[in-house]
Amino acid sequence: MTVTEAIREVASRPRVGTWPLLTRQVYVYRRSWTELVAAVLEPLMYLLTMGVGLGKLVGHAPGLSHVSYAAYVAPGLLAMAVMNAATAETIFGAFDRIKQAKLYDVVIATPMSIAEIVRAELWWATARGVLAGTGFLAAMAAFGLVHSVMSLLIVPASALVALAFAAAGLIAASYVRDWDDFQYVQLVMLPMFLFATTFYPLSVYPRGVQLLVECLPLFHSINLIREPALGAIGGDTVVAVAYLVAMTALCWWFAVRRMTRVLVR
Amino acid sequence: MTELSLAPPLREFAAEWLKYRRTWRGSIVIGLVNPLLFLTGIGIIGKLIDSSATGPLGGVSYLTWLAPGLMAASAMQMGFGSGGFGAFRAAAPGGGYRAASATPMSPTDILLGSLLFVTFRLSLLSAGFLLVQALLGAAPTWWAVLTVPAAALTGLAFAAPMAAWGIATKRFSTMQTVFRFVVQPLYLLSGTFFPLSTVPAWLQKVAYASPLWHGVELCRDINLGRLTFAAGAIHGGFLIAMVIAGVLFARVTYRRKLHE
Repeated sequence: MTVTEAIREVASRPRVGTWPLLTRQVYVYRRSWTELVAAVLEPLMYLLTMGVGLGKLVGHAPGLSHVSYAAYVAPGLLAMAVMNAATAETIFGAFDRIKQAKLYDVVIATPMSIAEIVRAELWWATARGVLAGTGFLAAMAAFGLVHSVMSLLIVPASALVALAFAAAGLIAASYVRDWDDFQYVQLVMLPMFLFATTFYPLSVYPRGVQLLVECLPLFHSINLIREPALGAIGGDTVVAVAYLVAMTALCWWFAVRRMTRVLVR
Repeated sequence: MTELSLAPPLREFAAEWLKYRRTWRGSIVIGLVNPLLFLTGIGIIGKLIDSSATGPLGGVSYLTWLAPGLMAASAMQMGFGSGGFGAFRAAAPGGGYRAASATPMSPTDILLGSLLFVTFRLSLLSAGFLLVQALLGAAPTWWAVLTVPAAALTGLAFAAPMAAWGIATKRFSTMQTVFRFVVQPLYLLSGTFFPLSTVPAWLQKVAYASPLWHGVELCRDINLGRLTFAAGAIHGGFLIAMVIAGVLFARVTYRRKLHE
C-alpha cells in the first residue's frame, strides 16, 4: 500500500475525533505536575539570571531607553518556554508513544485515523505550550514586567507559536531512531535559543548573520510575543503571523505523511 | 579491612574506557560545540555591557569573566550526571557493576575506578572548553591551564556524593527532579553569569553555600591570574571536603548495594 493510498483509506473511515486521545493524555499526565512547574520555573531562572542579575550591568534594553533589560529579555524567554513545552510533547513524548510504548500501533486498529492522531498530538502540545506561556506571563506580571493591556495578546500568540513548533516537532519525532538521536535535536534547539534575539537585538550581527537569524522560527516567535509585550505592534507581527501560519500548515501536512509512513509499514 | 591497592580500581577504569571508546566521537563534538555556542551566544551580551561599565566584573571583558565560570558549571553538570545517573545505570541489571562485583574487586575498588574515569572525562571536557575559550581570546594568561584541574575538581565534588546516592536510589526520576530543581538553579545563580555583588547581601550569603560558587570563583581567579592563597585554600578546601565526604559515604552505599 502506498502512502497516498493509505491516507485515502484512513480518510474514508468514520470520524472519531481527537477526544479519546486527549482524555488519555490528561489521564497519563495528571500526576506530572513537576513538568508544568519546570516549564515555568526554568525560564524564570533565566529571567532572574539574565534579566535581573545581568540587567544591572546592561541597564536598559539595547536601543530602547525606556525599557529595562529584564522587560526586553522576558518575552524572548516566554517564546522559548512555549517552544520547549510544545516540542517536549511532540518530540520526546510522541517518540515515546510512537516507538517505545507503541501506543499508536494499537490506535490505528481502531476507527481513529492517522490525521486524528496527529490532530490530537498537536492540540495537546499546543495546550501545554499555552499553559507554559500563560504561567510565565503571570510570573512576568508578578515581577512588574507587564505594562500594556496588549500583553493579553500573548496568550493567543503562544497558541500559534506552540502549534507551529508542535507540528515541526512531530516531524522530527518521526525521524528519531533512538534516545541518542536527541542530541541532534539539542544541536538545533540550543543555538536557536541563544541566537534568535532572545538576549539582544538583531542589530548586533553583521548583515549575513542577520539574514540567517531571520529564517529561524524562534526569531519570528519572539517578535510575535515581544511586540505586544512592549506595547508596540507593527509590521514584524504581521510577518511573524504569516511565517508561523505557513510553517504550521506545511509541517502539519508533512507530519500526517510522516506519521502514515511510520505507522503503516 | 583490606588494603587499597592501585591495580583493581584501574581495572574498573579500563572497563569504562572500553565502553567509552564506542561513543567518544559524539561526546567530543558536543564537548566542543557546546562551549562554542554558549561562549559566543551569551558572550555577545558583553557587547551591551562592555560599553557601559565593567566595574563589577573587575575591569575585564564579560567574555573573559564568564568563560571560566561556565567551564566550572559545565563540569558540575557532567559530574552530577556521570556520578549519579552513571552509578544508577551501572548498578542496574545489565550494568557493569554487577559483573565487576563478581570478581575479586571490592566495592571500594569499583567506586574509585569509576570516579577516576569521571575525573578523566571531566578533564577532557574542561580541556576542550579551554581550547575554545583560548581561541575566542578569553584565556588571558598561561595560568588558564590550571583551570582544567580546578574545573575537574568542581565536577568531582558533585560526582562523588551523587555516586553515593545514585547507586542507592530506586527511582531514576527522583534524580532527574533534583537535577531540574537544584542543579539548574545552581547553574544559573552561583555567580556564573553575573557578579553576585549586584544582588542583595542575604542572597550572596546563600550563594556562598553553593559548591558551584566555590568552583566558579576558583576557576575565575586562576584564569585571571589573581588567585590568593587564602581564596585558593577556602574554595579548594570546600570542594575537596565534598569529594572526601562523598567518597566516604559512597563506600558505604556501594558496599551495601553490591554485596547485598
